[in-house]
Amino acid sequence: MQLARVIGTVVATVKNDSLEGRKLLIIQSLNKNLDAQGKPMVAIDSVGAGVGELVFWCRGKEASFPFKREDTPTDCTIVGIVDSEKHVTT
Amino acid sequence: MIIARILGTVVATQKDERLKGKKLLIVRPINVDGSDTTGYVVAVDTVGAGFHERVLVVAGSSARLAQGMKDTPVDAAIVGVIDTVDVTL
Amino acid sequence: MILAKVVGNIVATKKNMRYENARLMLCEQITPEGDATGHTVLALDAVDAGVGDTVLVVQEGWSASTVATGKAGAAIDSAIVGVVDHIDLLEDPT
Repeated sequence: MQLARVIGTVVATVKNDSLEGRKLLIIQSLNKNLDAQGKPMVAIDSVGAGVGELVFWCRGKEASFPFKREDTPTDCTIVGIVDSEKHVTT
Repeated sequence: MIIARILGTVVATQKDERLKGKKLLIVRPINVDGSDTTGYVVAVDTVGAGFHERVLVVAGSSARLAQGMKDTPVDAAIVGVIDTVDVTL
Repeated sequence: MILAKVVGNIVATKKNMRYENARLMLCEQITPEGDATGHTVLALDAVDAGVGDTVLVVQEGWSASTVATGKAGAAIDSAIVGVVDHIDLLEDPT
């Protein structure tokens, strides 16, 4: 898992049926100092995150597990919202 | 997932049985501002994407979870056609 | 999947048992325009690809394992899943 900031949204009307109704967000991964690390990615939201929020996300096949029954094709899913920047201690 | 643009198509007659009838597209990952990155990947199209469209690509074993891709040997699938990208921060 | 050119093969007598009877091909990744990238990967052949062929290589465990051995769970991360007939690009390479 990695920390990230939600920096935007993506709208895609035509999509694979198994992505129907899913919210797509653009996230920028962050390092422990909350500085940008790597390039922004598109993530599916599983926790109700919004733009500006500090979140953490899961990569790989495991990213589809929050939606297990529906077999959602995602390799990047937001799985938690960090309470605040103060809650990131190093 | 990544955002990508379609570069072209690949035709392969001699291939794994489970790939029969699947459309293979070459896509190049792009940045959120629309600029190109380097590299490419060959992905199976699941949504009928057209040339010059921006698409959503899911990579790794998750690509098999897209509808119509069950038990297909792929590591990248196009799962959406992008209408808009808004970066607000 | 990536595009690659088959440049050779590897013979290994002592290998993981799941690689038995497998054809282990040495492949060099190419760009969509057909230029060599200098990046070499080993992939098991499942479609009778030969040296000089342009091929599609899948780089994910389950896919590679089932393509190459018919079963999941082998320690295989790359397999040739198709021989490319041709590539159509939308614009001239710049």
